[in-house]
Amino acid sequence: MINHPILTDNDPQKDTITLNLGPTHPATHGVFQNILEMDGERIVSGVSTIGYIHRAFEKIAEHRPFYQITPLTDRMNYCSSPINNMGWHMTVEKLLNIQTPKRVDYLRVIVMELARISDHLICNGILGVDTGAFSGFLYLMEEREHIYEIYEEICGARLTTNIGRIGGFERDFNDIAFAKIKQFLVKFPPILKEFETLFNRNRIFIERTSGVAAVDPEVALNYSWSGPILRATGVDYDVRVNEPYSSYEDFDFEIPVGTKGDVYDRYIVRNEEMWQSLRIIQQALDKIEKEPKGVFHADVPEFYLPPKEEVYNNMEALIYHFKIVMGEIETPKTEVYHAVEGGNGELGFYLVNDGGRSPYRLHFRRPSFINYQMYAPMSAGMLLSDAILNMSSLNVIAGELDA
Amino acid sequence: MGNLSNQQLVQRLTARFGERITVPTEPFGLLTFGTSAETIEEVLRFLKEDGELKFNYLTDITGIHFPELELSIGVIYHLHSLTNNVRARIKVFIDGNNPKIPTATNLWEGANWMERETYDFFGVIFEGHPNLVRILNVDEMTVFPMRREYPLEDPNRVDKKDYFFGR
Repeated sequence: MINHPILTDNDPQKDTITLNLGPTHPATHGVFQNILEMDGERIVSGVSTIGYIHRAFEKIAEHRPFYQITPLTDRMNYCSSPINNMGWHMTVEKLLNIQTPKRVDYLRVIVMELARISDHLICNGILGVDTGAFSGFLYLMEEREHIYEIYEEICGARLTTNIGRIGGFERDFNDIAFAKIKQFLVKFPPILKEFETLFNRNRIFIERTSGVAAVDPEVALNYSWSGPILRATGVDYDVRVNEPYSSYEDFDFEIPVGTKGDVYDRYIVRNEEMWQSLRIIQQALDKIEKEPKGVFHADVPEFYLPPKEEVYNNMEALIYHFKIVMGEIETPKTEVYHAVEGGNGELGFYLVNDGGRSPYRLHFRRPSFINYQMYAPMSAGMLLSDAILNMSSLNVIAGELDA
Repeated sequence: MGNLSNQQLVQRLTARFGERITVPTEPFGLLTFGTSAETIEEVLRFLKEDGELKFNYLTDITGIHFPELELSIGVIYHLHSLTNNVRARIKVFIDGNNPKIPTATNLWEGANWMERETYDFFGVIFEGHPNLVRILNVDEMTVFPMRREYPLEDPNRVDKKDYFFGR
């Protein structure tokens, strides 16, 4: 990046071609721009330009009460919004010392793992498209639709979900939601199996992806990578295991790791994570059976909005409702960092609170932003078509990249 | 949890740096201490390269602005020792009129964009950074928008005053 040639187009010594990859290249996933210096098909060097959809979420968050920040988090990694929502709720709960009941934790785990599956489905499906295999993507999109239907049952929304509230959920999962989750657990595995049969041993796919953009674990750690792409290099860092949140310590699952850190390993790691997510969801459903029914939020009337009918008929509920909406609640003056394992890495929330209605400072540690910075340096020496595949397998989401 | 407790970490740090770091606190179990712009590079290098501590993972660099303080700009580092599974937070406060701090890009390549982002929003000059230019905002921008003096919306509005937000 530093030794990017700065010869102008008219310079007789210039023997490379400047190529604008983006801002709206169809194979890129959102608005990315990379200015590449090309020597034939090979990339000599490149510079990434980002910030096309920067929306100043951190500044906006300083002027919003805690419960109004959840919709902002939706719009970061919009392929797995529920994980962002839950991460934010858990950050605030950590700040306010709210203990959520086990059943709430398990319900959250189900939603987060569904979100992880839908995130990885998109990534691996698109990876197939970028190698020229369109059919796998179409199989998977139908399954993502089923996940979105489950979201719809739970919260009414599909993409920008705003699922849950600080302290739990706004309502219990209904019977249809549970039925749909169970149906998904039955119907999805054969389709994922079929997808793997199409790709895993497919010679064209292997030759396009194996050995492409291989990364050593030392380099990946040096660039602060996290998530599936770090695990593909062989580092078993997963926030769900290292710092369990939302009762992940109660679950039995494995962390798949790769060996070479190339595009193929990332694909395999993501696929295996989907299988593990299915295991987790099944366990969560079994555990919920043993928990008391109907518990869907913590008993914290100071922070959790009471039901509307009580607000109109009950003095206490009315007072709490007023206080929560007007931001008259007492919050500790301290700072908190909370991380969750997002679809593509460690999603962290650094919240500095001064006791006011809104955060004094809120910083999002966005995995896409940090994972993407290696893209231009690692593209040097790569074929252009390999660089496109590398971009797909990094699973950079423009909304999270630019926040 | 990891093999390294916060107490051990504090012992190692005070033995090495003594008065040059502030008294550590532990909000929600995350060891937090402050240091100065002169010492920060040494602290980061010690934490990263010490054979026992091994804080080899830079989680995050960000900034914060307290206009009422003499040293008004804060730079906050989050480090993670993956082998010991311990996190640490380091804060450095510097003069808001002349915010300068040594870069961490010599230690972690990943610090590059994090520092560019902090420069973009708070105007912190990371000395020795290879390419300290704006990253998310447009290049023509003249202000550092996350500083407190820059309002989110039209400052003439009467319905969005700070006291409505509890401060």
